[in-house]
Amino acid sequence: MPTILFDGIAYGMLLFVLACGLSVTLGLMNFVNLAHGAFAMAGGYVTALLMNRAGVPFLATLPAAFAAPAILGVILERTLYRRLYGASPLDQVLFTIGLVFIAMPIANYFLGDQPQQVHLPPFLQGRVEWAGIGFGIYRLFIIAVCGAIALALQLLLIGTRFGAQLRAAVDDARVASGLGIDVDRLFAITFAVGCGLAGLGGALAADVVGGIDPTFPVKFMVSFLIVVTVGGSRGILGALLGALLLGILDVAGKYYVPSIGAFIIYAVMVATLLIRPQGLFARGPR
Amino acid sequence: MSEAARLSAHLTRGARWGLGEIAFWLLIVALIFLVPSRALLINEILIAGLFAMSLDLILGYAGIISLGHAAFFGIGAYGAAILASRGIHDPILGLILASLLAGFLGLATAPLLLRGSDLTRLMVTLGICLMLGELANRNSWATGGADGLNFELTPIFGLLPIGFTGQRNAALYSLVVLFLLFVLARRIVQSPFGLSLRALKENRLRAGALGVSAPHRLIVIYAISATYAGAAGALVAQTTQIVSLDVFDFHRSADVLLMLIIGGTGYLYGGIIGAALFIAIKDGLSTATPEYWEFWIGLLLVALVLGGRERIGARLHALLPRRLRGGSAA
Repeated sequence: MPTILFDGIAYGMLLFVLACGLSVTLGLMNFVNLAHGAFAMAGGYVTALLMNRAGVPFLATLPAAFAAPAILGVILERTLYRRLYGASPLDQVLFTIGLVFIAMPIANYFLGDQPQQVHLPPFLQGRVEWAGIGFGIYRLFIIAVCGAIALALQLLLIGTRFGAQLRAAVDDARVASGLGIDVDRLFAITFAVGCGLAGLGGALAADVVGGIDPTFPVKFMVSFLIVVTVGGSRGILGALLGALLLGILDVAGKYYVPSIGAFIIYAVMVATLLIRPQGLFARGPR
Repeated sequence: MSEAARLSAHLTRGARWGLGEIAFWLLIVALIFLVPSRALLINEILIAGLFAMSLDLILGYAGIISLGHAAFFGIGAYGAAILASRGIHDPILGLILASLLAGFLGLATAPLLLRGSDLTRLMVTLGICLMLGELANRNSWATGGADGLNFELTPIFGLLPIGFTGQRNAALYSLVVLFLLFVLARRIVQSPFGLSLRALKENRLRAGALGVSAPHRLIVIYAISATYAGAAGALVAQTTQIVSLDVFDFHRSADVLLMLIIGGTGYLYGGIIGAALFIAIKDGLSTATPEYWEFWIGLLLVALVLGGRERIGARLHALLPRRLRGGSAA
């Protein structure tokens, strides 16, 4: 039981880092970005390729796994995404599905359809025993890294000028821009950071999900969307709680009631949407 | 002319069949007989066209966005397959029962779509589809699970076998079903009910002020659309005589949305035309680049959206003969 809880928390933390960018895009720009997983895939590939082809150590690849998707994100945001901020959700969905359809064959063309494995360094492998419970070292590492990221994001959001501007813009972008906040710049920065975090999440997740392959954006799109819907799209804490809940439910559900599998998390999502459309952990509607 | 008489004249004008429409259907019949070697592909297009048409009913006419329309497609497919594997071997009866089953599911889930934003609807429809897919996966005693489900059907009217041994019959069978359901859909969208749906789509607040209440109308059209999607699923199952878990795939919901968008929403033919274009593109590209055809579809989609989907649609629409344009032409 504690081991399952532990694995669930680790998985939830991963989901948080993967999805928090999506939560910000949705909350800030009201933009439905189904292509978020493509940035995560990009990060996973950066780490896998740097390790397997260039021999860079795992930890040293992580900054690149953040930076490359972030740069890609900012380029796409400036050139394509921004044209659709005011568009209908249908157009946004179509556009981002289109991006996914473009990203997957590109990955397949250059890297093949076999999963690219990320081989963990020896010091992250194995387990430690403590009070009779086994903890996977890599999962401890994930919890530490993702927890630090969550903490940093929360501090950034509540403690800095940038964070205050961002919160203001999420609350009401029009009023915020009327007060002289450069909302356009905020969009670009948060989009880039969100994509970078997705990439970092992809790199960290590669070992847990058995390697990065071209179908990654579609396989995990649903998980991201569930985190955002359950957590609510208006804050780091909501997304974190949503991700943890989802991670624990998913791992525990698959362990205790394998006969219904992923059904539980889908049911939780639909139920959440019906009871609290703004998300379980979000503040009430404006 | 009184208001009521003008309205009824408007509705009757749209209801008349134009030469272009008749030619469209005759062309399909001719294609089936002239190129029997492509009957399999034509059958696929007809069924996808029916599926896309069902989405058009809710998206194009009522403005309901769905990312999980495959839920009803899958229910129809599994419904037909399970009925056939449990002793109801008559395809027509199986088709009707399976479509009704999907329709009931649509009726049951439609109230969930009345609340919240477009985003909520996207997620609810997607979630329901995923749940059903997972249910089908786990209840392999009924669905065959990941192995799929094989079954036997008797020939239609005891005479015309469908399936791999009778691909031309299968295409004709799908065409007849598509045509009948199309005529019904055409009648529905040109009825006062259809007109009120369009009013709701254009401006729900104003339609409400005119006395058009939304919930019942949306539930009814959603259930009808679900029935249509179920019929499409049942046709796929019956004409291939195997059904597997991929009927609930996200890909299916996404592809049908793309077909409809490529063909254009809101005039019923869009689904069929879009399906033909989509499958032709897919077929053409996958012989050239089997693994990468999605890239070009994605590029087309991005270009469509960035170029202004509705603007392009309106321009093409103006090229169509007046009769084909449907209600919006008047």
